[in-house]
Amino acid sequence: MTISSTTLFSRPESMQETVTHYCPGCTHGIIHRLVAEALDELGVRDRTVGVAPVGCSVLAYNYFNCDFMEAPHGRAPALATGFKRLRPDMMVFTYQGDGDLASIGMGEIVHAANRGEKFTTIFVNNAIYGMTGGQMAPTTLPMQVSTTCPMGRDVALTGHPIRMAELLSSLVTPSYIERVAVHTPRHIINAKRAIRKAFQYQAEGRCYGMVEVLSTCPTNWGKTPEESNKWLDEQMTAYYPIKCFKDPAREESK
Amino acid sequence: MARILMKGNEAIAEAAIRAGAEGYFCYPITPQSEVAEYLTKRMPEVGGVFLQGESEVAVGNMLFGAASTGKRVFTTSSSPGISLMQEAISYMAGAHLPAVLVNIMRGGPGLGGILPAQSDYFQAVKGGGHGDYRLLVLAPSTVQEAVDLMGLAFDLADKYLNPVMMIGDGMIGQMMEAVEFPEGDVKQNRVNPEDRAWAATGAKGRKPVIIKSLFLDPHQLEDNSWLLDKKYEQMKKEEVRFEHYKVSPKNKLLIVSYGTMARICQTVIDDLESEGVSVGLFRPITLFPFPEKEVLREAKKKNIKTVLTVEMSTAQMVEDVQRAVLGVKPIEFFGRTGGIVPTPEEVRDEVLKLIRPKKKRSTSGRKGK
Ligand SMILES: Cc1ncc(C[n+]2csc(CCOP(=O)(O)OP(=O)(O)O)c2C)c(N)n1
Ligand code: SF4
Repeated sequence: MTISSTTLFSRPESMQETVTHYCPGCTHGIIHRLVAEALDELGVRDRTVGVAPVGCSVLAYNYFNCDFMEAPHGRAPALATGFKRLRPDMMVFTYQGDGDLASIGMGEIVHAANRGEKFTTIFVNNAIYGMTGGQMAPTTLPMQVSTTCPMGRDVALTGHPIRMAELLSSLVTPSYIERVAVHTPRHIINAKRAIRKAFQYQAEGRCYGMVEVLSTCPTNWGKTPEESNKWLDEQMTAYYPIKCFKDPAREESK
Repeated sequence: MARILMKGNEAIAEAAIRAGAEGYFCYPITPQSEVAEYLTKRMPEVGGVFLQGESEVAVGNMLFGAASTGKRVFTTSSSPGISLMQEAISYMAGAHLPAVLVNIMRGGPGLGGILPAQSDYFQAVKGGGHGDYRLLVLAPSTVQEAVDLMGLAFDLADKYLNPVMMIGDGMIGQMMEAVEFPEGDVKQNRVNPEDRAWAATGAKGRKPVIIKSLFLDPHQLEDNSWLLDKKYEQMKKEEVRFEHYKVSPKNKLLIVSYGTMARICQTVIDDLESEGVSVGLFRPITLFPFPEKEVLREAKKKNIKTVLTVEMSTAQMVEDVQRAVLGVKPIEFFGRTGGIVPTPEEVRDEVLKLIRPKKKRSTSGRKGK
């Protein structure tokens, strides 16, 4: 009897064969995989450079199998800009947390998007500073508890959470901006489609692209992975609607 | 190529292109904005990249990203702008990246003023950003020298895989002088990123290149710091540059001065010579590595009574001179700052007071206005 086998699942070539340091239940790992699959499918791994942020994904360069740069906190879009301008033939992506992108790096992301830099941003929004131990982020929800707002975020004192996808899509410069989530298989499949699309647009030299991915931080949220997924589904998506905000294809067909 | 009359800032811009620079990132600030105004037209002409960023914080980091491609890249700014770039400079040093930065200094601290000063000496030569690192620092005293040192700056950045800073004051940037550029095609000095194993050129047929300054293991971080230190020690052996002006055994006094201030001191020395007073000038061209042994050698000469450091700052380089001279001779300081350029007369009076003391001098050793 001959047994034939078909590979249904394997490690993407764009991922290193190594164990990540992420906490159990954290969705950073899923997002890494989606990015790697997109690079594989587009066949661009060997002409891609990633830019790692400061945050829990600071070691992303140990997990991806492509060239990588390690940026100062929040400055990944500036590094990506400098690199891409000199090497427009290469694919460049930044992978940034919400503290990195929406707080210290607010200036860099807004201006890079506004200039229409032809790179891709994977924006991991977990509504908290993970790496430094759960402090308040600009994306922390009203009344959400963190170590620097233990009574819950008081918007009268700290302002309202910043919606980055909405903010960037208000720019006149054409771009691809979509918000997705990774807490259920259905959402993961949709997130993959968005990430691939963002890279596709870059490969075609069409526009800047940002995919905001709603992500979990069970450790600093003080919840189990399961509770975290539920909280993301109920609380985060209410404030951060899952939706495509801007798509050049849509603009062109208008 | 014929000699042409050019403003310092524009000459620096052209020199960078001829040195093979393919990327320039900037943010406007007086007194160096002409570099950007020149390059916005010139860079595209030679197939290079010009980009005005949203801040010096971003520009420093654009330079960081651009340097990672392996191509020759640079930026120019002035004092407050350079302060904002310190983050990226520290990261580039930590990641062993070559880049050239030009600081056309203005008076500080704070917003200060827009006139020439040399008050960023400490920032340039002692670190500036965080961590155990140094920049190789070059200080031209004429527009022609700025042109020549710009080419050298790119070579040294590549040799050491370290950021190199050229510091000039607002005078160098703003004055016009006749300059000559090296002959040849502007593209001849461009480098091939594919030859640079450290550059991020795409992981085709090789392991990924990772450009980083993060070492969570303290032993690895310490190793990186010692590796950097080794480069700085090598610079001290191989890159010390300086110039003598009318240095002779007859000198009664040795002036140590750099940049345009040194030029003013040359006028003073010429005037004094015609009056029969012998004074020599020692002009460091590299501020890091500082020409310590060479200053000491001159200071030790029998006839030298005093070493006078003249700067457009409140006594910064004088600390390096003191370190070099090891107390073998008295060291005096004269300086003006805030954007005031000392006149030759002021410096001359100071020199004469030291050579022919009328009454007992105070021992503070620091003189300025
Ligand atoms: C200039 C600077 N400021 C602060 C820090 C400390 N820091 C490291 S990670 C981090 C927060 C990152 O949070 P986020 O971007 O949300 O990513 P996460 O860890 O949640 O994935 C901060 C503030 C730093 N490394 N550099
Ligand atoms: S701290 Fe939070 S974001 Fe960081 S790895 Fe752990 S769960 Fe993920």
